[in-house]
Amino acid sequence: MRHRQWALFFFLSPVVLWLFLLIVLPHIDLLIMSFRYEDFDGQVSWSFKNYLNFFKEPIYWLTFVRTAIYSILVTFLTFVIALPVAFYITKVVNPKYQGFLLVLLLLPFWVSELVRVYGWMILLRESGVINHFLLKLGILNQPIEMLYRDATMILGLVYTSMLFMVVPITSVLDSLDNSLIEAAYDLGANMWTILFKIIIPHATPGIVSGSIVVFMLTLGNYLTPNLMGGKNSLWFTEQIYNQFIASFNWNQGSAFGFLLLVLSSILVWLGLKLTRQDLKKVVQ
Amino acid sequence: MQIALSVKQVTKAFDDFVAVNNVSFDVADGSFFSILGPSGCGKTTLLRMIAGLTEPASGTIEIRGKSMLGISPNKRPVNLIFQHLALFPMMNVGENIAFGLRRRGETKAIINKKVKTILERVDLAGFDSKKIDQLSGGQKQRVAIARCLVLEPAVLLLDEPLGALDLKLREQMKVELKKLQAKVGTTFVYITHDQSEALVMSDQVAVMNQGVFEQIDTPQNLYNHPETPFVAQFVGDNNAWSGRIRKCDDKTAEIETAEGTRFHTKVRVMLKPGAEVDLFLRPEAMLIQPDPSLTRLNRFEVIVKDLLFDGANSRLLAHPLHADMELLIALPQTRQYDYIQKNDKIEIGWDEKSGICFPRN
Repeated sequence: MRHRQWALFFFLSPVVLWLFLLIVLPHIDLLIMSFRYEDFDGQVSWSFKNYLNFFKEPIYWLTFVRTAIYSILVTFLTFVIALPVAFYITKVVNPKYQGFLLVLLLLPFWVSELVRVYGWMILLRESGVINHFLLKLGILNQPIEMLYRDATMILGLVYTSMLFMVVPITSVLDSLDNSLIEAAYDLGANMWTILFKIIIPHATPGIVSGSIVVFMLTLGNYLTPNLMGGKNSLWFTEQIYNQFIASFNWNQGSAFGFLLLVLSSILVWLGLKLTRQDLKKVVQ
Repeated sequence: MQIALSVKQVTKAFDDFVAVNNVSFDVADGSFFSILGPSGCGKTTLLRMIAGLTEPASGTIEIRGKSMLGISPNKRPVNLIFQHLALFPMMNVGENIAFGLRRRGETKAIINKKVKTILERVDLAGFDSKKIDQLSGGQKQRVAIARCLVLEPAVLLLDEPLGALDLKLREQMKVELKKLQAKVGTTFVYITHDQSEALVMSDQVAVMNQGVFEQIDTPQNLYNHPETPFVAQFVGDNNAWSGRIRKCDDKTAEIETAEGTRFHTKVRVMLKPGAEVDLFLRPEAMLIQPDPSLTRLNRFEVIVKDLLFDGANSRLLAHPLHADMELLIALPQTRQYDYIQKNDKIEIGWDEKSGICFPRN
């Protein structure tokens, strides 16, 4: 018995150490920092000022709300695109090619996000590939700037998130018995009824877990909004970055970081409540 | 007699495999029609074509006189009960049954009334709000049937729905299904590989093999007067001999079997002397130690190899004196034959009318 306890401790210790040293400790430090405030004369004291600043400056909380709304939009768009893709892979295509299609889906993720975003930039910028062809074909008279718009940023974020939505939905749809779809069809249902009454209810755990991952990744994304959204499309992570790096105000940055953490937790909790899903079931 | 379902020269092939080959049959309104065949004989494909889930390559399917070609499954007046029932686990019993009615846009009051009535019919009154996984196998079965019957289809198709049940429940459901069909009067088209299911429940049975119908007949005729060697062997147990015709008129023939025994048997057509034939004999057609006064019997001696006790279905496993073949002989459990032991030599007799003889091709 004692022996077994020792073994358990031995195998768990890397995980516990990793969690504690790299995640819990820094977060405690950040939490403490977020409640410290440095005066103009360099006096450091306990204070809520960092959090109050957030509510006083409209630019901060507006960016915050914008980030949240756009993240929800990106999650929804990713779902709308991913569901037919997952359905096609699991139910329509010859099972022989299923693995191949999943690998195709995975392939872009073998290169770093940075490279992929630069790929989009090459396509979309004013002197980019798409503009070049549109000019050549005479559709445009002069090149238009497609980058640095909200729509472009959303496109990039959806593209980055696709895989994390398709994979969980594929795995739940795999377990959907085809005869359920056929039975519904036989009982008089049309395509939309089958989608909303059979496929989506069955796929809900996968959709929710995919949505959580996509939402978190989008909310915390820095690279894509920064490169593709440009100066007009502020993302809350950029505010955090600015506080830490540009203003060198770590206390304010920590407060923002914690606000983002609270925001994402609340939204995920709300999402679970609304879809009546159990976190335990979704994580499985 | 009105025809509920009429299938004419329907053919369906997958790549170069012909699943259903030029099949035609009619099903009378209100009857219980079974399609019996081994797995892979094309019976499921045929059923799916009637339901509309697969399109036939050629031929027509008519339901109550209306051609169903090009009509999608959700618009056909037929419903299918799937092999694994395909009840919707995300809905409760009441919602499952109401599913089809809702799609028709019936009012809530009518739906509730119909659901209630049909649940009473299948003896599940008060089960509306139960979840599917709270039901037993037999109850699920009845929910699946209720879900289709509530739509009052012209034809109800059943794809081996008893396959997943255990033996005892299957025996019980067989009788229940038959009773239910008689009560509601809906036309049932039932497919199965289990001959006992087909024989017990059906008014008419079609025996299917390799994409074609071998025989369509009543269960009694299938058993007693099979038209092809396949039907003789597939429906019920049979002992098979190969032999040669010695003499033949249009009713009876004298056959010499490979090991030299001579039998008299009835034949359906006149065969030439010397023609090779297969002779089939049911286990219960063979009498053990028949009374010497019965003069018209074919008699021969066998050695008992084993006693296969199975209650009312007990058999003797034996082989004829000079032959290297196995025979199954029915062993009535009347205590009259309790003296028979392994390795005993006994006499067997059978009447020429119970022989089933086919020319070999």
